Amino acid sequence: MKLTSADFIQALRKIADRIEQEKDYLSELDRAVGDGDHGVTMSIGWQAVKAKLEEFDGNSTCGEICKAVGMTFLNAVGSSVGPLYATAFIRGSAVLQGKTELNEDDIVQFWIAAVNGILERGKAQPGEKTMVDAWHPAMAALKASREAGKDLAASLEDAVKAAEQGMKSTAEMLSQKGRSSRLGERSLGHQDPGATSAYMILDSFTHTIKSLQSLAS
Amino acid sequence: MKKLINHPAAVVEEMLEGFVAAHSRYVRQLPHNKRSIVSTNTVRPGKVGVICGGGSGHEPSFLGLIGKGMVDGVPVGNIFASPPPDPILEVTRAVDAGAGVIYLYGNYAGDCMNFDMAAELAGMEGIRVETVRITDDVASAPKSEEDRRRGIAGDFLVFKVAGAAADQGYSLDEVVRVTSKANQVTRTMGVALSPCFNPQTGRPSFELGPDEMEIGLGIHGEPGVQKGKIKPADEVAGELLDRILADMPLSRGDRAVVLVNGLGSTTYMEFFIMYRRTAQILAEKGVEIHRSYVGEYVTSLEMGGCSITLMKVDDELARLMDHPADCPMFVQM
Repeated sequence: MKLTSADFIQALRKIADRIEQEKDYLSELDRAVGDGDHGVTMSIGWQAVKAKLEEFDGNSTCGEICKAVGMTFLNAVGSSVGPLYATAFIRGSAVLQGKTELNEDDIVQFWIAAVNGILERGKAQPGEKTMVDAWHPAMAALKASREAGKDLAASLEDAVKAAEQGMKSTAEMLSQKGRSSRLGERSLGHQDPGATSAYMILDSFTHTIKSLQSLAS
Repeated sequence: MKKLINHPAAVVEEMLEGFVAAHSRYVRQLPHNKRSIVSTNTVRPGKVGVICGGGSGHEPSFLGLIGKGMVDGVPVGNIFASPPPDPILEVTRAVDAGAGVIYLYGNYAGDCMNFDMAAELAGMEGIRVETVRITDDVASAPKSEEDRRRGIAGDFLVFKVAGAAADQGYSLDEVVRVTSKANQVTRTMGVALSPCFNPQTGRPSFELGPDEMEIGLGIHGEPGVQKGKIKPADEVAGELLDRILADMPLSRGDRAVVLVNGLGSTTYMEFFIMYRRTAQILAEKGVEIHRSYVGEYVTSLEMGGCSITLMKVDDELARLMDHPADCPMFVQM
């Protein structure tokens, strides 16, 4: 399948809507381990992105859209998620430069570059109760499924399942990074809000890909 | 939760408009980004620029500390969230007077990433930036891992040292040296009595029973490290000091600066009752109190409770703590 710039914009808008719907839940999760505002922060960032997307259309390249998303998110939120997702989108934009139509491999490369950006910027390892616990297994699954010859939608579905599993596993982890790390053992039993919003982002994107694919077939 | 606000999404912008209007003698907003607040009268050729910052909700920190003998500029973040690199870079350009700039902030993941990105961008423009991350919160990591600790009320004392050093004409390297030294001898332990309410979620930052207190709170409403029944002030002060002194022993003849910092909704009456016991304990140990600060310096919206900070001072730090300061929300003659 192919993804046009217009489709890409649509996928990003849907992520913003999903985060908006879930923002209270995300803040609720954060109240147990942090300062209770993860949903607010993600909402501020994605609403700013949604507004920025108005400046783009089907003639824009996915690379320029992506870069604008990163810078807009960063300057709307700061925080720790600002630099992490900004780096993700800016790294992702490098893969999509000059393209107004993306093939399946472009999208896979986009996600891998984006998540590598998160890993490098945040320096978190899997198992430290962060968003990496969703992103890292998701990318491993995405690569494995592609190598096994699955199409993009099926590979992304596998990635979402891995992200969900990773997200749930954070409840059993001791927090090692960020403000929640001060809690030590009291962080046990609580699912990480950053891993949860990571799962939501990938899940929303995958839904868009699946609905585009079913429209096309 | 009752708050005197207009719209939850507008609280930071409206606070800044009011702050700058009230204190236009001291501060101005930069035109490109209204979250960039700089001094009107402290930047002068050859003086190291001092920038501190972080999220909103800690007032008087950080913007209330812009002024002579303190800091030259503050990039302002959302509530409890680091500012992005944009306003940090803009403030950096505005306060650089050829001698370089120092960034001071509590050691939080978000602040570290955003300020580092800004420092990198400033470096590309030829502005030399150095950073000292403040790590006074004893409760936030064990003794062997001091560099993982967070900055809380001790921020204020470390800002004070850096601001005084810069005002006295220290070079950037020297400001970094003395500020790092100040950070290394500053320790804080806090107690929370009630949570704060983020105006954007309207929810309490944590739950605490009516007869409970929590030792080791963070300044963002993060839960503490130990919950228990509320105790008399003397016992609480004793417990906080025990933890500080176990981490940074003080002996007879040592000198300390003491800060009893309110978190937002606790009364000055309670601060002074806490200070009273703190002074007694230090006197018993033969520790001389060089100077004291009692009041609200680094708050956490309307969180209830307070913290005790000790800075062990040598002659140089004592002299810098005595240097005058004149800011909208902090004056020392």
